Amino acid sequence: MRIQLTELAHARSGDKGDTANVGLLAFTPEIYEIIKREVTAERVKTHFDLMVKGAVERFELPNLHALNFLLHESLGGGGTLSLMTDAQGKTFSTALLRMEIELSDEEAKMIESLSH
Amino acid sequence: MMKQTIRVASGQGFWGDLLDAPVRQVKGGQIDYLMLDYLAEVTMSIMQKQRARDANAGYARDFVSLMREILPDCVEKKIRVTSNAGGVNPKGCAEAVRDAARDLGLSGKLKIGIVTGDDIMPRLDEFLRRGIEFRNMDTGELLATVRDKVQSANVYIGATALVEALDKGADVVVTGRATDTGLTLAPLMHEFGWRNDDWNLLAAGTIAGHIIECGAQASGGNCLYKWNEIPDLTDVGFPIVEAQSDGSFIVTKHENTGGCVSLQTVKEQLVYEMGDPFNYITPDCVADFTSINVEDAGENRVRVFGIKGKEATDFYKVSISYSAGYKAVGTLVYSYPDAFEKAKAADKILRGRLERLGLKFDLIHTEFVGANALHGHLAGEPPANLPEVQLRVGVRGQDRKAVERFTKEIAPLILTGPPGVTGFAGGRPKVEEIVAFFPALIPKTEIETSIEILEV
Repeated sequence: MRIQLTELAHARSGDKGDTANVGLLAFTPEIYEIIKREVTAERVKTHFDLMVKGAVERFELPNLHALNFLLHESLGGGGTLSLMTDAQGKTFSTALLRMEIELSDEEAKMIESLSH
Repeated sequence: MMKQTIRVASGQGFWGDLLDAPVRQVKGGQIDYLMLDYLAEVTMSIMQKQRARDANAGYARDFVSLMREILPDCVEKKIRVTSNAGGVNPKGCAEAVRDAARDLGLSGKLKIGIVTGDDIMPRLDEFLRRGIEFRNMDTGELLATVRDKVQSANVYIGATALVEALDKGADVVVTGRATDTGLTLAPLMHEFGWRNDDWNLLAAGTIAGHIIECGAQASGGNCLYKWNEIPDLTDVGFPIVEAQSDGSFIVTKHENTGGCVSLQTVKEQLVYEMGDPFNYITPDCVADFTSINVEDAGENRVRVFGIKGKEATDFYKVSISYSAGYKAVGTLVYSYPDAFEKAKAADKILRGRLERLGLKFDLIHTEFVGANALHGHLAGEPPANLPEVQLRVGVRGQDRKAVERFTKEIAPLILTGPPGVTGFAGGRPKVEEIVAFFPALIPKTEIETSIEILEV
């Protein structure tokens, strides 16, 4: 089953110069294991495609059931140089939550039971 | 006797945040410290320009008005204040607060601490001559390439200097470019007697500071998790840290305020503007965000504990601002039918005219607000026949005249372009000077901070 990350996690994003960061926070410890497996730096880079001109770095925070992504060269120069509406990368969080991942039948059932 | 619990309240998440928030923190319940963060990078260069025009200016004037309002309460309740409102003129700021306190009849009841030493603009050339090269931390570029355009240069100083001011009895501490986190850490070091090498404790105080430095972003504001269930943001309570001497702390807010403090609101703020979570570098320590434990401790209470830190580095970060050209952004709104198509056609016409005029820009950037301005291709093809779309075109370049000419090419599109267009009531777009930032490092041994105490 394919599922959008917005069903599995919440997120907040911000900026440091021309780099946006997205902290992806799994709703449960079980879901953290799934997103850790599925939401790799490579797949995030593919997801954002031309929106991220540089590399994507990923860090794991198992204590918060979270992943932190750094999206380099994604803010049109960043800060005051940027001409983008979202020069501070505030909405990269919800853009990442659009990503879809694949769940096994067992995982799909587990997710199903959480929402009831 | 050492207090068991120290309550540090956040009053401002940035210069321009809710004006009432710090007043409500002081009046709405018991706190020991009020921390107020006023400085974004761009603020320093604005203040530098203000001081160039008027030697008495160059700080957050809002802070002085605020102090006028809350100082009587602060004195009565023994609430001390830490703030970086001093900008590029901490002394001027402190003197204005002193004058306000005297007007309020608080003579003899208040001491104001001034922390200076962060402003290295006057010493920049001396440093360069001595071979401190200031290499851009992001791009590797040398400062020499932009030296003639530099407008301000400030070191991010840490908590230590603020602690000294508190130790000397300052009730209000005014700094220039101190870190946001230091404003919270300093009171805890002062109260609990934490040493400069208690790395775990310094990391704990730093993370406490990180959680509350953006104001209500830790207490329900901008929270994605079940955002529509967060109660009463109209009356949102700003966050408060209740710290213990062992480095553990509770994040909470005053009773009878809106918003909420939950595991989710705190975790969202923890990951905000995070780089490498293993190495969150401040002048005071290197905090490890992967060591943070969070647990629910009751309604609107989250306990944070177990934090680990490492030794501070030998460098201060320097924020250097420099003039980097000009920019302007123009907008028009197109209506149904074919709103998106009309906006795209107008963009093409505008670009054609800019080209015919021979104007040179470093960048022309077009967005279609309402279609895909934020999420780009991820938004997918917009549905057919959107009700309205805002065309938003920005240009950036070194030639002010070219940017100015661009601002005169937006309004003509109304009578000379696609129909059903409006939204130009605000007049021509403004040309803005771009002040860009150059982050670099400087050895700590080069910087000396100093403290002055003003008696009211």
